[in-house]
Amino acid sequence: MEKNIEAITAKYRGDATRLMDILIDIQDELGCLTPATVARIAGVLGIPQVDVEQTVSFYHFFAREPRGRFAVYLNDSVVANFYGRAEVAAAFEIAAGCRFGEVSADGLLGLFHTACIGMSDQEPAALINGQVFPRLTPDKARALVAGMRAGKTIEELKGDKYGDGQNSHPLVRALVKNHIRQRGPTVFSDYTPGIALAKVTAMTSAEVIAAVKSASVRGRGGAGFPTGMKWEFARRAPGDVKYIFCNADEGEPGTFKDRVILTERPQMVFEGMAIAAYAVGADHGILYVRNEYRYLRAYLEQVLAVLRAQNLLGERIGGQAGFDFDISIQFGAGAYVCGEESALIESAEGKRGEPRDRPPFPVEKGYLQRPTVVNNVETLCSAVQVVLKGAEWYNRMGTEQSKGTKVLCVSGDCDQPGIYEVEWGFAVNDILAMAKARDVQAVQVGGPSGACIGPDEFGRVLAYEDLATGGSFIIIGRHRDILRDVVLNFARFFREESCGSCVPCRALTGMAQVVLERIIAGQGTAEDVARLQAWQKIMRNNRCGLGQTALNPIVTTIRNFRPLYEARLSRGDPRFVPSFDLPAAVRDYEAAVANG
Amino acid sequence: MASFVRFTLDGRACLAEEGAQLVAAAKECGVYIPTLCNYPGIPPKGACRICTVLVNGIPQTACTTKVVEDMAVVTRTPELEEFRKAVVEILFAEGNHLCPSCERSGNCELQALAYRYRVTVPHFPYLFPKRDVEAWHPKLVKDHNRCIQCKRCIRGIHNAEGKAIFAFGKRGDKVVINIDPETSKNISDELAQRAMDICPVGAILRKGKGFDTPIGRRKYDHQPIGSEVQA
Amino acid sequence: MSPKAAKTRKIIATTSLAGCFGCHMSLLDIDERLFDLIELVEFNKSPFDDIKTFTRECDIGLVEGGCCNDENVHVLTEFRKHCKTLVAFGECALMGGLPALRNTIPLRECLEEAYLHGPTVAGRNPQGLIPSDPDIPKILNRVYPCHEVVKIDYFLPGCPPSADLIWDALVALVTGQELEPQYRTFKFD
Repeated sequence: MEKNIEAITAKYRGDATRLMDILIDIQDELGCLTPATVARIAGVLGIPQVDVEQTVSFYHFFAREPRGRFAVYLNDSVVANFYGRAEVAAAFEIAAGCRFGEVSADGLLGLFHTACIGMSDQEPAALINGQVFPRLTPDKARALVAGMRAGKTIEELKGDKYGDGQNSHPLVRALVKNHIRQRGPTVFSDYTPGIALAKVTAMTSAEVIAAVKSASVRGRGGAGFPTGMKWEFARRAPGDVKYIFCNADEGEPGTFKDRVILTERPQMVFEGMAIAAYAVGADHGILYVRNEYRYLRAYLEQVLAVLRAQNLLGERIGGQAGFDFDISIQFGAGAYVCGEESALIESAEGKRGEPRDRPPFPVEKGYLQRPTVVNNVETLCSAVQVVLKGAEWYNRMGTEQSKGTKVLCVSGDCDQPGIYEVEWGFAVNDILAMAKARDVQAVQVGGPSGACIGPDEFGRVLAYEDLATGGSFIIIGRHRDILRDVVLNFARFFREESCGSCVPCRALTGMAQVVLERIIAGQGTAEDVARLQAWQKIMRNNRCGLGQTALNPIVTTIRNFRPLYEARLSRGDPRFVPSFDLPAAVRDYEAAVANG
Repeated sequence: MASFVRFTLDGRACLAEEGAQLVAAAKECGVYIPTLCNYPGIPPKGACRICTVLVNGIPQTACTTKVVEDMAVVTRTPELEEFRKAVVEILFAEGNHLCPSCERSGNCELQALAYRYRVTVPHFPYLFPKRDVEAWHPKLVKDHNRCIQCKRCIRGIHNAEGKAIFAFGKRGDKVVINIDPETSKNISDELAQRAMDICPVGAILRKGKGFDTPIGRRKYDHQPIGSEVQA
Repeated sequence: MSPKAAKTRKIIATTSLAGCFGCHMSLLDIDERLFDLIELVEFNKSPFDDIKTFTRECDIGLVEGGCCNDENVHVLTEFRKHCKTLVAFGECALMGGLPALRNTIPLRECLEEAYLHGPTVAGRNPQGLIPSDPDIPKILNRVYPCHEVVKIDYFLPGCPPSADLIWDALVALVTGQELEPQYRTFKFD
């Protein structure tokens, strides 16, 4: 163990800002990060143990004790639950002989819950030792455990029914399917790497920024900040060293576009980063990818190697003196909040993914306090196409304030879940028709941090000026219990994903869950509903987008589906608090004296 | 020679050194902005959010805001005051704050803010979280029941070699402040005292210290917190 | 308005649930104002006059202590039924107080410590009995502040609330005026 820790730490030159990489590699070697391991890492790096501990304990996929030879992380997202997750979980438990959160007595496998793993179009899905097992059934779960018992390797458990496109690439070999239902003109059109970069190197950096600006490219992560402006700020920021980050930490439940783009168009993403680097004057880029997509690692590294060999990355790109740019890949370790750009930067620096206060903005002081651009995967693809086809071409698509296209991730109650690349301005109804959805009760647009809308709003369009979305589009059928099956799951999600820094977010995410559970149990009052709405105002003063939107699942459903709440309210005497349940409150006592 | 900038505080024209922290600048101008996670001399964090004010109409934490020319700051609106009271109430409901048995009672900033805002019962559900009292350290006791995760100890206390002694662990409503067994090993009595003093509540105590000021002579027994700045 | 201006005496009830009677002691600490008080109010169910059950509907109920057993819940419910205005006074009534120190410990552990393993009982309870006679109240899984069980109209903090705060509150309630607690009397300890 000693030797491993020292060797891995040395690989990263004992640099504490590389703590994420160090911890991921050490966990790969040792299986988990025990207190003794943490102490040893701290010793080797020469930093306090608590500083290693604060990073380790922040991320969901860092384990503190052995997780079994097979660590099964079964997705617990809304859509996974729609498609029979509970039965699959029960099958795993019975077959393994242990509960979730435990490791089987023989140490063979551990069962763990995990938040949305970006497979909403093929649920229920699990990550087992980092490999994706989509479309699970109780039978498949039993067969997997039997296979583990029979001594199969993870590759043997996977079998060879690999998915379409590059999912079958020898370096990927994933069971994952792309489900690209509609190819649009931006990301999924025909594309040859290098042409855009050649065009760019014939331009000045100011011209590149001007092109992106005149195309009105806006951030595709959901917030919609103008990309050209971001690049310009970073270009103007003083400093010799600047960074380009690509944010591939998509954690918004129901989103999976980055997974498909990184599988099918990684060259385009990297080329977009190089274009940004040229515009900004950066010489290093980091692709920050969520841990759930680590199965793409070898493949992405190879794509980078090929680009270097083609001189599309590296020194003197395209023969242009002074245009040096290379990209490294940084994996996360399970924290939704790291999708927030400053939290992502903190994480890449080896720290907890806590959003920073602004100002200063990342374009002024970002990674390692240097000017840093953080762009979404899809944003960078848009930039490539704008360079290739021109701002005018781009501006012909979309709406007044939302130019170009959007890659949507459609999931939930429909026959055709998957990826739809459409122009901005598509109506919700059109998407429901394309996805062959019937009996739709509601659509969760933009994931839990977006809004839950009902049929009277299905005429609205997807656009920054109407329904903004980072891509998540979850269809909720008539037969679902929205409060129990959707809202409660999202409430739990935010509670678990809050970084814990701002008081309102840290506490109210959990308190909202308590009140919501009360309402669902028929013990809520009209006062409780009013209280949840009032808390939204408090939450607006949180530092980051997670905290500011964490009650959206609750408040948007109160607004749009109020009868669902009212139907569940207690009808008891208002002088007594309905959530106080005397028989339940004396149950522990009765049990203690019964077998005491 | 520092240059001065003009800005307004609740409509009143004020001067401050350029780049001054808004909380401190307001104090200079006789305006009290309540704080909890802020502590003079250590880097601000904007964690508790209680110092939220309107800067040019936009809510911003005053501890992390630097004063610039022509900035228009509003520190008091019914909505801001309601928000501040809510933050205090949330903190009381989130932890286990048993004032009657706390060594810090009467000198506690959280309690003093509750007095200031006349908090009786929080409009938030009590969570009664299970938390530990850590007493293994030779000089310090960490009572996690009372900790409000303001990070003042994390940011303000370092050992003789400049290394961190405290750090956050976990995340969300499970966050906890850990004490490093190595870097805290040989801390002086003075540093232990400083750790206790920097804590706004009674979550960090020096062993063998407590209840040393009689009721009636404690910091917040007679005058509300902030009244030394603004009546 | 002078307290004595109240025309009819208000009916008042008091009780101590999971409390230490300290709040009641503090009420008695209003000293000579007790004479004014009995001009203002008439006590019904209260430990002061030993009336055990409500004999009439009351205007004001003063509750000390939270609920730690089913008997506390029963009494509190009775208070809510019979009192127009219900006031929780003291930290225990407001947030559980010191009895709520057990709220983070599972009840079984508390009972086992008290009856089986604690230093004063260890080895002296060979049958391992935890009292469970039908005549003794059942202990709740945790201590509940009063407002988590019934609707409470007003709260008076303090451990105990100062006599002045209690007096000011009673005068306000009897005369129908709003209470603006003074800083000096508004304390949690």
